[in-house]
This record gives sequence, structure tokens and C-alpha cells, in this order.
Amino acid sequence: MNILMIIMSVFLIVCAVAVSFTRSILSSIVIFSAYSLIMSVMWILMESPDLAITEAAVGAGVTGILFYATLKKINQIDINFYKRGPLDEKNKNRPAGDISAKTLKASAAIYRVVALVCVLTLAVLLVATVLNLPEVGQISNPDNNEVSERYIEKGIEETGAINFVAGMILDYRAFDTFGESNVLFVATICVMVMLRISKKRDPGEETNAEEEEVSDRFYEPANDTILQVMSLIIFPVIMVFGIYVVLNGHLSPGGGFSGGAVLGAGFILYLNAYGFEKTDRFMNAKTVKWITFIALMVYCLAKSYSFFTGANHLESHIPLGTPGAILSSGLILILNICVGMVVACTMYSFYALVRRGRI
Amino acid sequence: MEIIRNFPFFSIMICMFSAIVTSVLPAKAARYLTRAALIAVMVLSAVLLVNLRGSGTSFPYMMGHFPAPWGNEIRAGELEALMALFISTVALFSVMAGMPAVLKDIDEDKQNLYFILVDLMTASIISMIYTNDLFTGYVFIEINTIAGCGLIMIRQIGKSVVTAMRYMIISLVGSGLFLIGVTMLYTISGHLLMPNIRESIAELADNDKYSVTLTVVVGLITVGLAIKSGLFPFHLWIPDAYGYSNVASSSLLSSIVSKGYILLLIKIFYRVIGFDIIVKSGVNNILFVFGVTAMIMGSLAAIREKNIRRMIAYSSVAQIGYIYMGMGLGTKAGTVAALFHIISHGATKSLLFLSSAEFTEGSHSKEFSELYGTGRKYRGSALCYSIGAFSMVGFPLLSGFISKYMFATAAVGHNLKMILALGALALSTILNTIYFLKSVIVIYSDDPKKRRPQSLETYLSGAGGMMSSKMQYFCSIGALTVINFLLGIKAQTIIDIISEGLEVFG
Amino acid sequence: MYELIMTHLNDVVAAVLFAIGLANLLFQKNMIKKIIGLNIMDTSVYLLLASQGYIRGLAAPIMTDGNTDAGNYINPIPSGLVLTGIVVSVSVTALMLSLTIRIYKKYHTLNLDEALMRVRQEE
Repeated sequence: MNILMIIMSVFLIVCAVAVSFTRSILSSIVIFSAYSLIMSVMWILMESPDLAITEAAVGAGVTGILFYATLKKINQIDINFYKRGPLDEKNKNRPAGDISAKTLKASAAIYRVVALVCVLTLAVLLVATVLNLPEVGQISNPDNNEVSERYIEKGIEETGAINFVAGMILDYRAFDTFGESNVLFVATICVMVMLRISKKRDPGEETNAEEEEVSDRFYEPANDTILQVMSLIIFPVIMVFGIYVVLNGHLSPGGGFSGGAVLGAGFILYLNAYGFEKTDRFMNAKTVKWITFIALMVYCLAKSYSFFTGANHLESHIPLGTPGAILSSGLILILNICVGMVVACTMYSFYALVRRGRI
Repeated sequence: MEIIRNFPFFSIMICMFSAIVTSVLPAKAARYLTRAALIAVMVLSAVLLVNLRGSGTSFPYMMGHFPAPWGNEIRAGELEALMALFISTVALFSVMAGMPAVLKDIDEDKQNLYFILVDLMTASIISMIYTNDLFTGYVFIEINTIAGCGLIMIRQIGKSVVTAMRYMIISLVGSGLFLIGVTMLYTISGHLLMPNIRESIAELADNDKYSVTLTVVVGLITVGLAIKSGLFPFHLWIPDAYGYSNVASSSLLSSIVSKGYILLLIKIFYRVIGFDIIVKSGVNNILFVFGVTAMIMGSLAAIREKNIRRMIAYSSVAQIGYIYMGMGLGTKAGTVAALFHIISHGATKSLLFLSSAEFTEGSHSKEFSELYGTGRKYRGSALCYSIGAFSMVGFPLLSGFISKYMFATAAVGHNLKMILALGALALSTILNTIYFLKSVIVIYSDDPKKRRPQSLETYLSGAGGMMSSKMQYFCSIGALTVINFLLGIKAQTIIDIISEGLEVFG
Repeated sequence: MYELIMTHLNDVVAAVLFAIGLANLLFQKNMIKKIIGLNIMDTSVYLLLASQGYIRGLAAPIMTDGNTDAGNYINPIPSGLVLTGIVVSVSVTALMLSLTIRIYKKYHTLNLDEALMRVRQEE
């Protein structure tokens, strides 16, 4: 076990404990971003560059942004609430001393004791169990068997991808990955159900779409010049890097998920610098809807074709190309592009929905 | 036969496909597409079931060009086909009968999102039924969890949003435990496909290696899935979630979503670990204890409830307890009874939720005190509700009777467990009778305060479509009632399919 | 004992992080902190999973110099599975954050117990 890994492990635990005991929400979010970044270094040390790049883009990047956006939104709700006056004040100041509240408190106390016992037992049980698992980093471990051997030794011949991880997730075990894209899809749908503000009515809501948009910009009317100039320089770099990561998914670490997250983060940066009027020109509800639809559709049809031919022992007429070339590895390149588009749109729409209640 | 082998794959892809297309369709087209997709899945599963019936075989289906330990795989047998048929049938009737509520509760520009959730939920449960790979199982569990959350909070009132949050927290603890269990299982066996893990585990068991680790793994996976399906101490979100969400959602959540996890758990017991190892490790006893507790506690809570929808929800807690009690018996008969009860409870519970919708909406309240006399105003739905209630109580000729009878016969022969199981069955049946008969009596009797039920706009006054919503509603609850009778009268066929299917399971 | 922990360092760290994350998820009153706890719990499982694929001294699973001998690269399977997992956690995080916003809009609190109390009072 090398010394760097030990240091990183200590940092991870320190960060996790610090998150638990920090009072301020903002600091705990900052510490959590640091935690993700350390995790990403950890992946590098464990020779998994694919994970490192994804964790850095998704875990430390987009997740952090979503947390900050949520905090900002909550502040904004507060400001609107106090500005508007005591619409809900009666509800807020009602004493919480009736019987149901007391029983609720009592049951919460019981819950905490029981949960504490469960968590401690689970912790001891898990530590004891993992100590019985095979030693980390040995080639003789049960999971280094014929399965991973074939992924590496025959991978290039069968999938055409030089990155064995890409070959594995997009060809050998493509059904899982298809499910994973659908996880993103269903999460976007749920976030839309909750945060998209309807044109007509919105049960339990007093704001409408226009007000939401005005209040989003109200407290920072002018865009920050420093941010604008910097993002003018950085934005193209981010875009090129994201597209590179997506297109080279089968040749180098990365692929659709990490590249898509990088692209999404780039759009979010642009949005923050220039505001919704500018981004609406190329990322609006309509484009996001159709890009997601086309990408998922191509993904679904391509994979259906390959599943169908595979299971019925038909020949698949997709050329694999020369391994190492950019136009190679059959469907993997196309799927990476589709996944990249879906992920970029999803990340952008999460952020936009949090900010102004529509994409 | 060759083309029929593709049917499980077609069923999954049709649902996914319809979900993706629905994202760009207007609400009206989305309604038709979802129903068409569910009907297609129903037909495919039925044809598959008829073809596999009596053959006593099952077949794997490669998802891609690579065979077992390398590629993903799904597998279909009689039991899987039966369950897929059951899931799609209940989903179809829930969506059809719940349509007026969907139209009323959800804004028009969000209605197509609701149908995407229904499609993806069905696709994920069907995949969980057919999958032959543990990690695929995990991915589809997550889809199911998120779609379930969407179904709960679709009405977007304060109660349902808070409940959705609690549901997510409890479910994610379950997912975390399940995933860590799968990870450890992968570590000691080196595989993710079910038959390969089974082989490795048999080898490990022969050499007496990792026996403690294996017990912990089984415990983690079982507890994770039990938490997600709402077994007794983890049921806190159930009454609010079923009670305040849209009626179609309540029906889907109670009869399908929670059952998907149980089906996957049974599959893991039989196909991954091996049922004898489970029984040896004693994990089933834990399930038995919690199941029996749930049977009693759920029924007691249901008696106290004054809201009809929440009462039915608490009854679901008790019924989940029945299912786990059957699995906990540790015999094949117990598992067959549990599987039969999954179907019987699904058919009955959706019937209860959907048929109660007309009179609760009609009287604009779900409180019992407001429901007096509604049964005579809404005759059709009240009749169906009563039949469902009698089935829950365990009236002969109805499906509930058969499942109670099967649990009782399965319990015979285990000394201590027999006493506990039969005692719990008897007590829970008495409690069931009290609260379900109370609800039936209330809807058929006069208001003691002599108020006449006011004639307000009814549940079914919404606009029609190709078929009027009234006809759709009555066709669906009528069909569910008929299914209840069929399960009660022709139970032997279903039981044969289940036990034959379980035979080829592992 | 020390020896055993050092050889299983990643696994033990993962188990400890899982417990910390779970404790945060269950005991924090603030919903945002609960969500952070959830993320810590998820990453800990990924750490455990990825450690199983790591083989000391071998290279990342990307072909270099035309060498396709399985003895040169680490196991690619856990990396692929963790990749799926990371995407699942970001989806779940976004979903829970949007639930938080909705609850805050309605009840003006980030404390789940308090929100629950308000719900009970509404009845």
C-alpha cells in the first residue's frame, strides 16, 4: 500500500467527519466538493482514469454546482417570502405544541436511538466482513477470472475499442448502460414534474413563470465582467475538451458520461456569465427535448439491433474499423456521442430547472 | 418458437421505446401510446406463457453478441412470463381506471411526463423479473425507485412532496445496502451473472470458505430489498404515499412497484444463493418474524384509520407481511404461497383503490364520516369495492381465500412457526374483517346525522376519448373483479404454473 | 490486526465511510446535509467496488503498445460498474435537491421533521 493512498484515505475520512459536524451548509458543501476531488485522486492511484475523469466532472463538478444552485434558490425563496409579506405567516407561527407534535417528537427520539444502534452494528459488521474479503490488489483474487481476461485479451478484436472499460460498458454489458441512461432520463422527468412551473396553474404555488424568471435575475441585474471575460476564454476550451473526451471514449479514458458532464458544465458556466437570454438561443426547452429524444432513440434502436442480432445469432453488419483510429469500434463511437448529448442536456436542464423553473 | 424467444426482450424494449417517444408527444397521444404499449406487453407475455406452459423449461436470452459470463443476459420461464403478464395487466387497468384522476390532478402540460413514468416503471419491473444479472437488477431497481418517487409526488401537494422525500431516504438506504451486498458477492464469487455466481457459491460452500461473509451478504441484500418494499418497521412512508397521491399511482405503487423488489429477492434466493443456503443461514427466520409482526401491526393501524385510502394503504403493509411470512417459512410451499399472494394481492388491492375512487371523489372526501350512503349512489363501483373487500377478508370463491388457505397449509409441519403463523393468520383475518366490513357497511348505510349525499360533479364527468371514460373505468374495475373470481375459482392452474416455474428456477 | 487493516485499507475506509454517510443520512435534520450523507454513502460503496478491480503494479485498462495480455492491466469490470453508479448518484442527488426546493417553497424549512410536523398540522 503506497503512502499517498494512505494519506488520501485519511483525508477522505477527515472530510466525511467534517461534513457531519460543520454547522454551515455552505461550508459542508465546499468540504463535500473537496471530498469528491480527493476521491478522484484516489481513482487515479487505483489506475482507473475513467472513473477519475467522471468523478471530477460529475461528483466534484456538476453535483457541487447543483448544491450551490439549490442554496441560491432557497435564499431567493426567502427573500421573496419576506418581501411579499405574511401570506403564509399564520402557518409559520403556529405553536407546535399540540398532541400530534408531541407524539411525533417522542417517536423521533425512539427512532434516533434505534437508528443509532443499527448504524453502529452495521459499521462493526461491515468492517469485520471486509477484513475477511480477499486482500486488495492481488492478481489471484476471485474476480480476476476468465471474464476480465476475455475483456482484455479479446476486447479489441470483438469490440474494436482500445479502452477496455468502454468496450465492456458499451458492448459486452450494454444493457446495463442502456438502463443507466434511462436512470438519467427518468430523473430529468421527475425534476421537471417538480420544478417546471406550469403555464396555467400550479397547485400550492403562488409564483408564476414570469415572476420566477424576474426574481432569478433581480438581485444580480448586471453580469459580472470578470466572469464574462474569463468564460469567453475558458468556454471554448471546455467545449473542445468535452467533445474530445466524448469522441475519444473508445481510445482514451472518458467517454459519453464524463464528456457529457464536461459539456453540461460548460453550458452552465456560459449561462452564469451571460444569462438566459443568450443561452436561450441555443439551449432552450425545445432543443433539449429534441436532442434528448433523438439521442435516446438512436441509442435504443442501435442497441435493439445489436441485441436482436446477437441473440438470434445473426450477423451484425457493423464494421469495427481499425482499432486505434477515431472512426472505429462500430457502435461504441455512436453510443458515446448519444450518451454525451443526453448527459450534457440533462445536466444543463437540472441547473436551468432549479434556477428558473423551466429549461 | 424461435421468434417467441424474443418476446421478453420485446416487452422490455416496447416499454422503453414508448417512454422515449412519449417525451415528445402531446398528452393525448401519450395516453394512447402508453395503453397500446401495455396491451402489447400483455399479449406478448400471454403468448410466451402459453408456449412455455407445461414444457418445464426456461431459456436464457443474450443481450448482445456474447454468451453467459461475458455479456448481459435475460432469462424467461413460466414464472417470469406469468409475472410479466400480471404486471402489465394490473398496470393497464390502473392507468385506464385512474385516467380521470390523472386528467384532474395533473396539469395538461405535465400529463405526458406521468405516462413516461408509468412506462419506465413497467419497463424496470419487467426487466427486474426477467434479468439474469445482478448488476442489471441494481440499475433497474434505481429506475424503479426514481419512477416510484415521481408517481408519489405527481400531485405536488405539500403532503405528497414530503412523503416523497421520506420515501427516497428510506429507499436509498435500501439501495445502498443492496449494492454493498452485490459488491461483496462479486468480490467472493468473481461473477455478476446469476448462474455463474451460483456455481462459485456452491464451490465455496463445499470448501467451507467465506461462510460468514456469505451470511452477511445475504443479510445485506435481503434487508436492502425488504426496506425498499416497505416491510414493517420501514413502512412509515406507505400510508401517506398511497393515501395522498393520485389514485392511479396508489394502485400502481401498492400492487406493482413494491412487488418488483420481492420478485427480485425471490429470484436471488433461488437462483443466486440457493434456497438451502438461505435456510441454513437463518435469514429467512428474520423475514418470518418481521412478516408476522407486519401482519398484526399493519392491521391494527388500519383499524384506527379514519381515511379510507389510508386504511387500504395500511392493509397493504399487512399484506406485504403475509408475503414475507410465506417466504420466511423456508419451504417451497411457503414461497409458492407468497408468489400466489403477490398476484392475488396485486389484483385485489388495485381493485380496492380504483373502485373507491368513484365514491371518494363523488363525496369529495376520503373520511369515513363523509362516505355514508355513497354505496347506493355509485352502485357499480361500490359493488366492486365490496367484492374486493370480501376477497381481502378471505371469503371463499375469491382469490384472498386461496392465498390464506395456501399460507395455512404451507405453515403446517413447522412446530413453532406453525403456531405463530396460524395465530397471526387468524388474528389478522379477524382484524381484516373488522375494518373492511366496517368500510362496506359505512358506504351502504344511511348517515346517522341524516345528511343526504350531495349531488356534485362525479369522478367520471371528465371528457372521454375513443371510449368514454365511464366505460373505461367500469371495464377496468369489472375486469379486475373478474380476475379476482378467476384467481379464486381457477387457482389450481396458477399454482401449477408457479410451482413448475419455481422448479426450473434453481 | 494492524497488518490485516493495512492490507485491506481501502475496504476498511469504504466501510467506515459507508457508516458515516448512513449516519448523516439518518441523523442530520437538514435535508441538504442528508443528501451529502447519501453521496458519501454511495461513493464509499464505489470505493469498495473499485478496490476489488485494482491489482497492484498493473496498468490502467487501456491498451498500450499493442499489448493485450491480461497480466498487464487491472480488471476493467469494477470501473465500468462504478461508472454506472456515479451517474445513478448524480441523478438521485438532483432529484432530492429538487424535492428539497419544493418542500422549502411550501413550508419554509430545511428540517424534514419540521416539515412533517407542518404536514400533520394541516390535517
